[in-house]
Amino acid sequence: MPRQVIFEGRIENLSILDKDGQVDKKLEPKLTRDQLTGMYRLMVMMRKFDEKALNLQRQGRIGTYGSLRGQEAAQAGIAFNLTKTDWVVPSFREHGVMMALGLPMHLIYAYWKGDERGNIVPPDLRILPASVPVGSQLVHAAGLGMAMRLKDEPSVVVGFAGDGATSEGDFHEALNFAGVFNARTVFFIQNNQWAISVPRKRQTAAESIAQKALAYGIPGIQVDGNDVLAVYAASKAAVEHARSGKGASLIEAVTYRMGDHTTADDQKRYRDPDDIAYWLARDPIDRFRKYLVSKKMWTDDNDAALAAEMTAMVEDEVKKLESMPAPTPVEFFDHMYETLPWNLREQREAFAQGDRS
Amino acid sequence: MSARTTDKTQKLTLVQAVTDALQCAMREDPSIIVLGEDVGLNGGVFRATDGLFKEFGADRVIDTPLAENGIVGSAIGLAIGGFRPVAEIQFTGFVYPAVNQIFAHAARYRNRTRGRYHVPLVVRMPYGGGIHAPEHHSESYEALMVNTPGLQVVIPSTPYDAKGLLISAIQNNDPVIFMEPKKIYRSFREDVPEGVYHVPLGKANVVKEGRDVTVVSYGAMMRPSLEAQEFLARENISVEVIDLRSLVPLDIDTLIASVTKTGRLVVVHEAPRSCGFGAELTALVNDKALVHLLAPVERVTGYDTIFPYAILEHHYLPDRERVVAGIRKTLDF
Ligand SMILES: Cc1ncc(C[n+]2csc(CCOP(=O)(O)OP(=O)(O)O)c2C)c(N)n1
Ligand SMILES: [Mg+2]
Repeated sequence: MPRQVIFEGRIENLSILDKDGQVDKKLEPKLTRDQLTGMYRLMVMMRKFDEKALNLQRQGRIGTYGSLRGQEAAQAGIAFNLTKTDWVVPSFREHGVMMALGLPMHLIYAYWKGDERGNIVPPDLRILPASVPVGSQLVHAAGLGMAMRLKDEPSVVVGFAGDGATSEGDFHEALNFAGVFNARTVFFIQNNQWAISVPRKRQTAAESIAQKALAYGIPGIQVDGNDVLAVYAASKAAVEHARSGKGASLIEAVTYRMGDHTTADDQKRYRDPDDIAYWLARDPIDRFRKYLVSKKMWTDDNDAALAAEMTAMVEDEVKKLESMPAPTPVEFFDHMYETLPWNLREQREAFAQGDRS
Repeated sequence: MSARTTDKTQKLTLVQAVTDALQCAMREDPSIIVLGEDVGLNGGVFRATDGLFKEFGADRVIDTPLAENGIVGSAIGLAIGGFRPVAEIQFTGFVYPAVNQIFAHAARYRNRTRGRYHVPLVVRMPYGGGIHAPEHHSESYEALMVNTPGLQVVIPSTPYDAKGLLISAIQNNDPVIFMEPKKIYRSFREDVPEGVYHVPLGKANVVKEGRDVTVVSYGAMMRPSLEAQEFLARENISVEVIDLRSLVPLDIDTLIASVTKTGRLVVVHEAPRSCGFGAELTALVNDKALVHLLAPVERVTGYDTIFPYAILEHHYLPDRERVVAGIRKTLDF
């Protein structure tokens, strides 16, 4: 037979809660009340953190900030499957994942204030710092996943990126390496529909991002990224796949960036307000609250108490941020190498003594 | 210096002059196209391509997928295919993926094919620090570009020069890396002629004439250099200030004539010191004007460190005080 089909691909989209919080009973994950309300807490925590960050930026108390508003379900759904011994390899919008794993908020604020000390991750966490060059961190996630396999550690590595990042060569090289070397890596793409002003359809002519996995010989799935149960379920499967040594996979979480790209951007220049309204009706937190209420696990009183608790926590973290002593300027020399070479020693010395030439 | 200017001028900022240059050049030559991330409807993250999408449409002002190597690589193909692409890299810190195409191909096609093919490409990129941006948004990689044979490297410091140099770059038949000092994108306006005019590549500008010491700089560092000149004028120290405008080709004659006259040279740039462009200028003066030197060449530069995050960046960047101190060192030698 001169022509025969050698490959046929198929990609599923998973959705468990509809936009009004109605659950698909057949797909509903078996989670306890504590687990479900725990997920909700995470999402509310992320939103409170985010609202405060935008506030701080407007008041000049931190610098340019990238909001995660609208992406809370995507970030909580994956984070809920991870433990402190798993690796998080973020892009620059995963504050939610970071805080869910226990990274203190004031460090995240410090990062966005322009303070390198925000990147000093506590020793009990395996979180890499935010990575600004789009997509570049995914290859590290592949390498870390190779390391976990070579050492036969049951830890999973999650590499994060956006829809725009899937156009960079690094994305493709990362998936390819992870496939070839059976890395214990989950690639988690938050397709929030936009890369600054460029819409998702301009990044790839393909129907989905998830299907790109197939070309690299790893599984891929698309999920409703504003449905925390769907993200949770897909992530659970992907994390178990990696943890048990079966290798890498790709999750495309379809969500929406509710705000500007960063505080330096103005989305009104390129987005249709109707589009935003459409997604507002699909808010991940509102949707999940409706589900919890319908299960009689949550009340308005619970909600008010949680909001107050989270607001207090955020304010406390801002206090911690603002009581950090100013960094000593000379420290930008100190971490260049384990041992500073003569030129840096000389420059550091002159700088420290106030020689301004 | 300039050809075909109309009499009319507009008061423009540096970034507006960039837009104006693109618009004027594109109106005259339909083979010029602009491509990059967010350059279309959004008009670029710094608005450098504002309005071009509306005027010239999606085939000439192209929002690309997010891939710098793709942008420059496809621009090389477009150039060989008969277009004059002007590619935008959103920030100099993000040029690394594209370095493969810039270094391995754009710079080499003419030589590799003994002139059969050439690459009339401009790669524009905002560079430099001082805007309180996140990591990777403050870099100055001119020395990397200068060290790659086959590239021309142009850095304007005024709106007038930005427009005239960019038009020259676009009309040039070889690749030009056009680095725009984003810190001063909007810091001042000046009269910019309407229509097409040229500031030639390879011609420095003696911005202030002086007797005692020559200060050479380019881009955003022209500001502290000129502030130092003004400051020292009050002490009757006469500083000559040269704006190189293009690093490749370099106006060696203007440089050597000035150093021969003053006997002292201070080079100012914000890029790291080691193997920075100042090192090359020092070596050139050593080669061509050593006997005229009254003091060693002084370099006022960034440090050999990673560019610090926002709250420490002002400690890194050369300012007037550091330029003044550098000048005094050469005078007190
Ligand atoms: C290599 C590189 N090119 C360009 C940029 C500038 N930039 C920052 S974020 C961004 C868009 C990213 O879009 P996406 O990957 O979808 O992530 P999102 O911002 O939507 O979370 C761009 C172009 C960058 N940081 N790195
Ligand atoms: Mg996106």
